[in-house]
Amino acid sequence: MDLAFMWSTFLQLLSGVPLTLNLSFTSVAFGAVFAMILALMRMSGVRVPDVIARGYVFVFRGTPLLVQIFLIYYGLGQFRPTLQEWGLWGFFREPYWCAVLALTLNTAAYASEIIRGGLQAVPHQQVEAARACGMSGFLLFRRIVFPIAVRQALPAYGSEIILMVKATSLASIITMMEVTGLAAKLISQTFRAIEIFVVAGAIYLILNFVITRIIMAIEWWLSPHLRRPPSVEPKLEAAHV
Amino acid sequence: MSEAAIPSAAMSQVAPNAALSRTGAHPVSTATTPAVSVHNLRKSFGPLEVLKGVSLEAREGDVISILGASGSGKSTMLRCINMLEVPDSGEVKIGGEAIRLKQTRRGMEPADQSQVDRIRSRVAMVFQSFNLWSHMTILENVIEAPVHVQKRPKAECVAEAEALLEKVGIVDKRNQYPSHLSGGQQQRAAIARALAMRPQVMLFDEPTSALDPELVGEVLRVMRSLAEEGRTMLVVTHEMGFARDVSNRVMFLHKGVVEEEGAPAEVFGAPKSERFKQFISSHR
Repeated sequence: MDLAFMWSTFLQLLSGVPLTLNLSFTSVAFGAVFAMILALMRMSGVRVPDVIARGYVFVFRGTPLLVQIFLIYYGLGQFRPTLQEWGLWGFFREPYWCAVLALTLNTAAYASEIIRGGLQAVPHQQVEAARACGMSGFLLFRRIVFPIAVRQALPAYGSEIILMVKATSLASIITMMEVTGLAAKLISQTFRAIEIFVVAGAIYLILNFVITRIIMAIEWWLSPHLRRPPSVEPKLEAAHV
Repeated sequence: MSEAAIPSAAMSQVAPNAALSRTGAHPVSTATTPAVSVHNLRKSFGPLEVLKGVSLEAREGDVISILGASGSGKSTMLRCINMLEVPDSGEVKIGGEAIRLKQTRRGMEPADQSQVDRIRSRVAMVFQSFNLWSHMTILENVIEAPVHVQKRPKAECVAEAEALLEKVGIVDKRNQYPSHLSGGQQQRAAIARALAMRPQVMLFDEPTSALDPELVGEVLRVMRSLAEEGRTMLVVTHEMGFARDVSNRVMFLHKGVVEEEGAPAEVFGAPKSERFKQFISSHR
């Protein structure tokens, strides 16, 4: 092991970190919105949106992300005249947007199931209490259902975010120079695969360590009701009675 | 003592069947609009008919205890008043305003959700299992509906909430979460949450049934003080002591119909229905 070489590799690969994070967070953000729509379609109780959402999840969860990336980047390129006609070619010409699209569509499928689980686990009685106070529709969703569902879904959503950070490495296949893309390029120049991939792996490990900590902090902040009260207050019951 | 505070108590003794009479047929209802009037309510769950034409009328300040064995339809009747269950037929009026219903493929549904929401914000409910919102502190639970449903200024709601929590004896718990409180404290918080909406009518659905025996007293004490303030309360309960001493009217439901109805002294003193006699003796 050549530590000096690994250090210089580390510094070079660091320049790919912004793109890795950019791809991750852009697709997680878009994917979350899309996933919420899919989850609501699943739970609408109306047949057509339910079946569409089910079919979508089945296809995008059941096929490899790499295949999805290829189909979007190379496959849609076959329809260039049509896409140009529709004014969409500017989007599909860019590998960045193709990668974001593929990652978004993929994470939306998984995340919609996580969100659906969170929404379904909201205790019916707490919803009923809100209805009895005169809440309904979006107010009920925003104030009661969603905040409770988020707390239930966050641990599972945290691991989905970590999966997405790792999945961005597939974007290197369509020329994106994020951490894995840079690593592959360095290997083709130096033929030192082990050192370079060890360093690349370490970078992902560090990123995910930090992300895990952030998610844990959010979880902690959102769930004071699951912890013991900060200080056990003296019994004042007797005074009241 | 409760009769002194509740002017309509005397009336119900003169005409014990007033609650069963049709709205408008009774001379009192022309003078004052009843706070709650339920007429000929029917409700089935699948093949099981839970309510078979139940009527009830509560005037301002009435405290009505609704008794009955499990499955008698008493909770369903209470839940029909604020449309947590939608009756198959019959009429519910709150403060003289009839809740409009419409027939759909899935059965009866409220015709206008905003009407139901508006009425619900005036009819507070206290549940058997408290149903406090787990992600909010006690204070946040109490100010939630006043701030977000009734759109009242937050500072005013907080001040009022603290006074209410003081009144039910848990103001020191205001910044804790429901899971940190005992059952009795949670139910008192739920009562404060209901009071914070300045309700015209309060519905209690077996408020002490989920509590350990030693915690029942603290909740009943709060409810008794509300009755003494002259609040209009409909209480589904198994607490015979409360029904006898605090309420000014008692209703006994059996298999979806009103079996016995009248002032507590009257129905407990000389029950007409054989089933009600059995019911009383099985509850001490």
